[in-house]
Order: sequence, then C-alpha cells, then structure tokens
Amino acid sequence: MSVRCIQACAAAMLLQVTVLTATLADGFAGLGEEARGFAEVVPGRPISLPRDFGTHDDFRIEWWYLTANLHDSTGASFGVQWTLFRNGLVAGPARDGFATPHVWMGHAAVTSRTAHLFTENLARGGIGQAGVDAEPFRAWIDDWTFAADAARPARATLRASGARFGYTLELASEGPIVLHGDQGFSRKSSSGQASYYFSQPFYSVHGTLTLAGRDIAVSGQAWMDREWSSQPLSASQKGWDWFSLHLASGEKVMLFRLRSKSGGDYLSGTWVAADGTAAPLDQNDVALTPLVSTVITDRKVPTRWSVHIKSRGLEIEAAPLNPNSWMGTSIPYWEGPIIVSGSHRGEGYLEMTGY
Amino acid sequence: MTLLSHWRRHPASFATLFIGLAVATALWSGVQALNQQARSSYDRAAAVISGGGLRSIVGAQGGPISEAQYVTLRRDGWKVSPVVEGTARVGDVALRLLGVEPLTLPRTSPLATMEGVREFKAFMTPPWRALIAPETLAELKASEGDRPLTDRARQLPPLQANPDVPPGLVLIDIAAAQDILDRRGRVTRLMLAPKTEAPVDDLKAVAGEELRLVEPEEMQDLERLTESFHMNLTAFGLLAFFVGLFIVHASMGLAFEQRLPAVRTMRAVGVSQHVIMGAMLAEVVVLALAAGTAGMICGYAIAAGLLPDVTASLEGLYGAHVAGRLAVEPAWWISGLAMTLLGAIAAAAVGLVKTYRMPVLAIAQPLAWRQAHERHLAQQGALAAAALAVALLTYLLGTGLLAGFIVIAGVLVGAALLLPLALAALLVAGESRARSALSQWFFADSRQQLSGLSLALMALLLALAANVGVGTMVDGFRKTFTGWLDERLVSEVYFDATGDAEADRIAGWLERRSDVTAVLPFWKAETRLAAWPVDVFGFRDHATYREHFPLIAAASDVWDRVHAGRAVLVSEQLARRTRLAVGSPVDIPTSIGIWGAEVAGIYPDYGNPKGQLRIDLDALLSHWPDVRRTSYSLRVAPDQAAALIRSMQAEFGAAIGRIIDQSSLKAISTRIFEKTFAVTAALNSLTLIVSGIALVASLLTLGNQRLAQMAPVWAVGVTRRRLATLELAKILLLAAATACLAIPLGLALAWCLVAIVNVEAFGWRLPLHVFPAQWLEVMGLAILTSLVASIAPLVRLGRTSAADLLKVFANER
Repeated sequence: MSVRCIQACAAAMLLQVTVLTATLADGFAGLGEEARGFAEVVPGRPISLPRDFGTHDDFRIEWWYLTANLHDSTGASFGVQWTLFRNGLVAGPARDGFATPHVWMGHAAVTSRTAHLFTENLARGGIGQAGVDAEPFRAWIDDWTFAADAARPARATLRASGARFGYTLELASEGPIVLHGDQGFSRKSSSGQASYYFSQPFYSVHGTLTLAGRDIAVSGQAWMDREWSSQPLSASQKGWDWFSLHLASGEKVMLFRLRSKSGGDYLSGTWVAADGTAAPLDQNDVALTPLVSTVITDRKVPTRWSVHIKSRGLEIEAAPLNPNSWMGTSIPYWEGPIIVSGSHRGEGYLEMTGY
Repeated sequence: MTLLSHWRRHPASFATLFIGLAVATALWSGVQALNQQARSSYDRAAAVISGGGLRSIVGAQGGPISEAQYVTLRRDGWKVSPVVEGTARVGDVALRLLGVEPLTLPRTSPLATMEGVREFKAFMTPPWRALIAPETLAELKASEGDRPLTDRARQLPPLQANPDVPPGLVLIDIAAAQDILDRRGRVTRLMLAPKTEAPVDDLKAVAGEELRLVEPEEMQDLERLTESFHMNLTAFGLLAFFVGLFIVHASMGLAFEQRLPAVRTMRAVGVSQHVIMGAMLAEVVVLALAAGTAGMICGYAIAAGLLPDVTASLEGLYGAHVAGRLAVEPAWWISGLAMTLLGAIAAAAVGLVKTYRMPVLAIAQPLAWRQAHERHLAQQGALAAAALAVALLTYLLGTGLLAGFIVIAGVLVGAALLLPLALAALLVAGESRARSALSQWFFADSRQQLSGLSLALMALLLALAANVGVGTMVDGFRKTFTGWLDERLVSEVYFDATGDAEADRIAGWLERRSDVTAVLPFWKAETRLAAWPVDVFGFRDHATYREHFPLIAAASDVWDRVHAGRAVLVSEQLARRTRLAVGSPVDIPTSIGIWGAEVAGIYPDYGNPKGQLRIDLDALLSHWPDVRRTSYSLRVAPDQAAALIRSMQAEFGAAIGRIIDQSSLKAISTRIFEKTFAVTAALNSLTLIVSGIALVASLLTLGNQRLAQMAPVWAVGVTRRRLATLELAKILLLAAATACLAIPLGLALAWCLVAIVNVEAFGWRLPLHVFPAQWLEVMGLAILTSLVASIAPLVRLGRTSAADLLKVFANER
C-alpha cells in the first residue's frame, strides 16, 4: 500500500470537483462510485517490466514519483522532488486529441535548509503535451522530463524547472526493482482496497541544481515509486504520513500510516536489504510517533518523528531538513527531505497530507 | 436673499434656466451612459476572450495553429494555453464560440477562476457544458440543460447560465469547440501567460516563421470597429449639450442683466463685491447640481429608451453584443454632474465678470443697446471668420475622424456666429424698403430684439442644420444602400449546407432540375491584411456577376482577369484601409503561403466592418484547400423561389443549415440599416426639441423687457392685438430666415458627414443625394417650433393690462 495513492485519488477528485482549499480527506467520500468502469486491482497479476513503467489507461489513476537526497561539495543537504500523475476523468473508450479523458499533473520542488521552492504543471493527454512511454522509458509534462538513456536503460535524466529554481540530474540504478506487498499487490486498507506498487530505491544521482540564480553541483541518492489503481479509499481516512529511508547500511525502508477519523490507523511498510531483497513489515511491528509540530499557514504539521521497527531493532528520530517544506499546489501537502539519527543513521523523504 | 428673490419674481426665467441645464445634462449623460454600457460590454468580452489583456500567439499567415505546434511550444517551456474560436448560429442568433483548455489557462485570466470552468470533469468530458450569459440564454428562448442545434447541425453541449460570460458568447471546452466547428487537430490561437515560469527562447527559434506574437491591443477588434459609432454618438451628445448651454447662457445673462440694479443697490449699501460674487457663484453651483441631478435622471431614461436600438445597431453592424440591461457606474454620475457644473459656470461667466467689473455708480444703459450690439456683432463676425478658417485649414491639412469632426464643428460654430450678422443685414435691407412708419418700426424693433434672440436662433439654426445634414445623409444612404442591395443580391435563393458532402449532394440535385438556371458556389476563407480581419469569397464565372455585380472602379477586362486566377476584387473599405487601387499588387496570406495577386476591381461593401476579397473559385480552392464548401446561391424564376425552397427542405431536411430567399435577405439587411439610424434620428429630434425650448426661454425672458419698446407704439394707437400679430410675424420671419440659412448649412454638414466622417469611420463613401422635400419639412419644423415657442409670450402680451403698459412711462427706464 502506498499512501500516495490517496494523494492521487484526491488529485483525481480535485480534478473532478474543485475543492482547492478543502482538506484532502474531505474529498474522499463518493470515490467508490466514480471508480465504476475502470479496471480493478486484483491479486496475482504479475508486475511486468518494462511494460509497467508505461501507462495503464484502463485504471483511473497512476503516478511516477521520484525523491532525491543530495549534497554539494561543502556537505550541505538538498532535496529534490519530481512527480507525474495521470488521472482518468471518466472511464470508457479511448478518445484522441483534446477529447481525451486523461489529465496529467506534475509537481517539482527543490528544498534546502533555508528554502523550499515548488511548482505545478497541468496538461491534457491525447495531444503529446504530457505522457509516459514504457520503452525506452520516458515520462514528461511540458518541458519537464524523466527519461531513460535508450542505450543504457539503467541510466536516466531528470529535468524540471520553476520560476526560481531548476535541476538537471543524472540517475543510475544500482540495485533491483522492489515489489511492495504481495509481489506488487499492495493492500491499502483492512477492507481490501489495493494498488499495484513497486519502487526503485537504489538510484545514485549526480547533477546540477539551480537555486536563486546559482548553479550547485550535487550528488546523492534517489527513490522512485511507481503505482496505479482505480479504487478509492475509505471515507473515514483523513490523511497519511509516508516515509522513505536510505539507511547508511545500504538498507532501505518504506513506511506509511493512514490516519482514520474514527481511530485505528492502518500501518504498513517494506524492509529492503542492501541487496534488494524485500520483506513486508507487519502492522504491529511498526510504531510512528509525532514529536514536534510546525505551524504552517494555520496548519499544525508534525515535522519531527520517532520511528520504531521492533523486529529490525530500529529506533530512530526523523528530523526535517527544512520544517517549512509545504507544497502549496492545487492539492496542498508537506513533502521534504529528512535526516535520520538514533539506532541507525541515514536520510530520506517524508510526505504528510490531510493536516 | 435679495438675490434669490429675483427668481421668485421671475419663475419663468428660473424654469427655463433649470430646464436648459437639465436638458443639456440629460442628452449628454444619456449618450455617455450608452457609450459606457457598450464599452463595459466590450471590456467584459475582451477580458474573457483575450484572457484579460494577455498576449497571444497566432499563425503568421492568419491560419490555424496545429496541436503539434502547440505541444512543441509547451515542451519548450512556453506557458501558452490553446483557444479555438469560431461562430455558429442557433436559429436567428449568431453566437461566438470560445473553446478553452482549463488546465493550462493562465491564472490571471478571468476564465481560470470562472465558476463552471473549474469543474473540470463536467466541463472537459462529454457531453461537456456550454456556459452562456443569462441574456443570451433568454435570446435563444432556451432553458438550462437544453442542447440546441447549430446551423451546421451540431448539437451544443447542455447550456448553463453564467452571468460572468459576456453576452453572445458560448464558453466551452476546447474539444467540444473543435467538434462543433469542424476543427479537429487545430486551434485558433494560443494565450500566453504574463510571466512565463521557464526561460523562453525566441519564438522564431521554436516555431520558425509559422507563428507570430500579437500584443493584446491587436486583439481588440470590437473596440476598434465600434469606435466610430461611439464617436458619432458622442458628437451628437456634445451638440445637444452645447445647444442646452445656449439656453443656460441666455437665461443666465438675462438674469444678471435684470439684477444689475439690485446688485448696484447692494454694493451701494456696503455689501462687499466678494460677498455678492460668492453668493452668485454659489447660486450657480446649487442650481447646476439640482438641475444636473434632474438631467441625469432624464439621461438615464433616455439611455434606457435608446438602448435596444443601440444594441441592435451594434450587433447588426459589427456583431458586437451589448448587455441589454442598463447599468451605470458612479463615475457616470460624477462626470455628468461635473460636466453640468462646468458648463453652467462657463455659461454664467460673462454675467459674473460683468457684475464683478461694474463700477458702483454706473447706471444701466438700456438705450445704448444699439452701439453695444453693433460692436458685439463685429466681434462675432471675427470669431465666425476664425472658426471657418479653422474648419478650412483642418479640411485641407488634417486627416482622421477627429479632423472630420473638427471641420464640422468649425463650420457649425462659424455659421451660428454669422447668423445674427446675416439676420441683421436682412433686417436693415427690410427697413430701408419699408414705407409706413409701423413697418419701419417693425424692422427696427426686430433688429433691437435680435440681440436677445440671437442665441436662441443660433440654437435653432444648429438643430435645423443637423436635421438637414443627418436627414440628407441617412436618406442618401438608404437610397444608395437599397440600390446596392438590389444589384448585389441578384440570386433568388441562398443556402448553406451542414457539411461538404451534403452540399455536394444538394448541388448535384439542383443541377438536374430544370427550374434552377444556375447553381453558384460562394465559399469563404478567412485571412488578415494589415492585421485587419478579411473574408475571402470564391465565386465561379457567371453572367449573374458580369451583368449585375456593382463595381466602383475596375480594370477593362476585370472579370477575365479575376477568373484567370491572378487578380482579385477588393471591397472599398479594404482598398481604402490598405491603400489599394486597381492595378496594385497585393500579398494575401493563404493557408499554404503568401499569394501575390493583383487588384482588378474595387466594389462597395456597405456596412461590413470586416474587409472582403472576391476571387475565382479555383484560386480559392488552390490557396485554401481545406475551405468549407457549403454555401451556394441559386438562380431561379423569382415566382418559383418559394416552391424551390420548400422542395429542397422536403428533400434534404437537416442537411440544409440555412436557406433564405432574396426578399427575406433584403428585408433583414434593411432592418439592420434602419436600426442603425434609429438612434441618430432619435437624438436628432431631441436636439430640435431642445432648440425649441431655447427659443421659448428667450422669448419668455425678453417679454418683460419688450414692454418698454411696445408701450410707446401702443400709446400712439396700435392695438394690443395688432401688436401681438406683429410680434408673431417678427418671430416667424426670423425663424424662417434661420431655416433658410439652415438648409445650405445642413447640406454642408451632410457633405462633411458623407465625404469625411463616413469615409474615416466606416471606410466607404456615399454619393451625396439631395432631397428638396426634406427642406420644406425643415422650414415647416422651424415655423412650427417658433409658433409653439411664441404662444406663451404672446398670450402674456395679450393679457398685459393697460396699467402695466402705462407703468413703463412712470418708471425710470
């Protein structure tokens, strides 16, 4: 399960009934009916690559999500986000041109200790303004791209820019693809909703950030998520907290907590060994506890966390690089780099919605 | 208090002053309200259509932009949003379709936040939704949710009323617009976000020579096209305002004159000059505000009354939609009242200055009127000469619509100022021929009275001249226009099919019918010449055109040259605007490139705000291969036209988008024409009424003064009845003389309108026709006006008691 699915569902919802300022959770109700006519997520459908890097037009929503933790030559930390969502407004036969039901949304951001810059692009499918090719892999919206090198598919270039920032990064995958849940079938709630979900957490990165007119050479590591679904989430769920961790040991961790209005949060995750071997984490094995909150434009967002995974002996604190990593996009949320300390050292990304 | 008591003793003076100010304000503010209403409608439309003053990217040749070109720009970082524009008819209503892409709309565009657009799913997916102004919904006689059929037999998306949408516009998703307008794969233009978020290369580097950036003002065709119409309205409003100020000036001057003794007395008893001046100025201000307010209310009523005609004119002439419910802004009230106040102070200035400069012990000099008046006449003559000189110089040196109006203003002011001189000369001539003492007195007294009446007579002259001038122009236009329609609309039946295939089928069927003598295609492409929208019509060689099509100028073998495919016919407006003459080369942007052609002929195209080219049909098809091939005109015996239409409708039904016979088409054109000049006619009559009021005002205020002149004549034995008859004869004589002078002045005005203003404003020139019957009408109007204006003063004279007449001798005067 990925909580990002909720974000994508909410994005779909947003694109259908604009509730720009409403909390995401308020938008969940009624999504069940909207999913009718789209393909269902069922267990046992094997993930197939490179096909599944491409689009799944019969599903309602999908996304390509990349977050990177980077450092310059002085050791200063930076975060980079590159996200592309596809939403099918209605199910039904494919139509070309502007008549397409597919709507694309891209988010890009750069975060430093003192700055957080972001921007958003929207595009209609059907005409080539935005889209994804499976092979050679290429995802784009306007002049933002995430494209594999045709000759060396393990390498890719990531590019985006906004009014006061930009980046061009070279990515190289140095480990295998990781399937979440049951061979990529990732449960979203105890009532059985699910998505197809896999990640590439082993990207090494080098390239250039442009921040306030200054070019900065950076290097580091990145995590790519790939997920698609049609089914909505429970109306009682009001938001989520999602972690991706690069531990100094080379191990990777994905964790999330779905917050319910009625209590009874849904927790899940994946432990990835340094060689890429993945193991699901049990709900009772994980404890996520907010420690410190930051007030951002009338919202109180927990930006420092304690994270425990009993079975792995992990007891860490996750602190934000920049507590004001607020994405003031059409669906607002918090997304930014974190620094891990405690039983394990490392870094990663935190995403929180519904606050 | 002493000063105010004057008005209590002279309620008629007060009434004329008040009415004068109110009427001047009413006409001026009424016209301003109409202009403001139209402008705010254009602004509303422009804000939505151009996205609130955004720059646009258009095809360099005026053609469409492909979706691929749009994507190329987006992928290069250009923040552009595609727009598909076109027109469609639903029944009798012409609609402008605006197809937008909500996801990429610049955030500064009013569309981006418009309710209904932001509901993406409903707006962007079939059956879509069509946002439309509530007044347009009413005009279509449709309800929300209806899906009316267009003339091309396409169904509009379900209608949804939205008060933010300008009247006449249908706002829909770009995909729906492409579908309804048959423009799959193409868009009309791209809106450019004001501050692009990515570094933007030079447009040429991305799109080569195919695209061009246009500034927002280039898009404001509507405002530019209708400018001349509003300038005409404004000119009329100003004329009425000045005629009104004549009244004010006359009655104010009189009031000051009458109050001089009182002022002198007050000064003598020690009231300071400043206090008196302050009091008089305050009086003017209060009066102007009170009368101005009344005038503004009347102005609102006038504007509301004229609005339907104005909107019909603008729609008929320019396709511009103006909201049908009058809404005025606070600025209208403020500027209207300010105008009245300034006008009143200006009109009172002479009196105020006179009062201010008056020596305390000066005595009134009513008997010195003659010398004073003669000096005054000489000054007026000089002024008149100056005004006429300005008019002449402007005519010789100036260009543009404004110059045209300056010429007219100069001629009118000059003529008005000359009027008293001319009338005085007339009376001197009369006096020298008079035999009897009474007739000599008649002329002498008329001359004396002239100074008091001259302002009112000037107003009458202007109103009558405007009447003659505008009447000559309108009737001349009507005559030319109907003649032109007869020549231009030769074919008996006109129809438009819903698609190329349908048109082909119908044309084939018509060719096989023996009653149809010719099936003449006229297919239309669009382009721009010198940034001006131009329709290009293709037609086939046929006797119908060779024998009937009216041309203003043509090469000797014009039709052969056109059908050889190298030459074009150019409408008069387009020729004037782009300075083309027969034989000129012209570069025409087509959908496949620039076509270098030659002008073979120029034809009149009255009433068309767009430019027009007529070319050979095959030339049209080779330069615009994807043109719609759906419109035809048919030659058939006139008495069989109706039967043919019925059988075509029975045979093809919905495949025919529009079909109309010649007489209905002519009727529609004539109706638009009449609507256009309905406003002019209304303002014209109102101006005449104002000048009538001016005359009444002058006669009333003169009434009391006149006693001094009449009492001696009465005393020597002329009866009051006789005196009244003489008075009436005098007024009628002056009015008739004024009317006689108004006729040549009116013709001069008509010439200015036809030869200068129309050419500048609309781009066409009419032949000047004269209508002597109109002149009699004007003469009659003048006499009627003065007769009506004389009634009250004469009745008063008839009722003047012998005692009052005797009092004249008792008083010091």
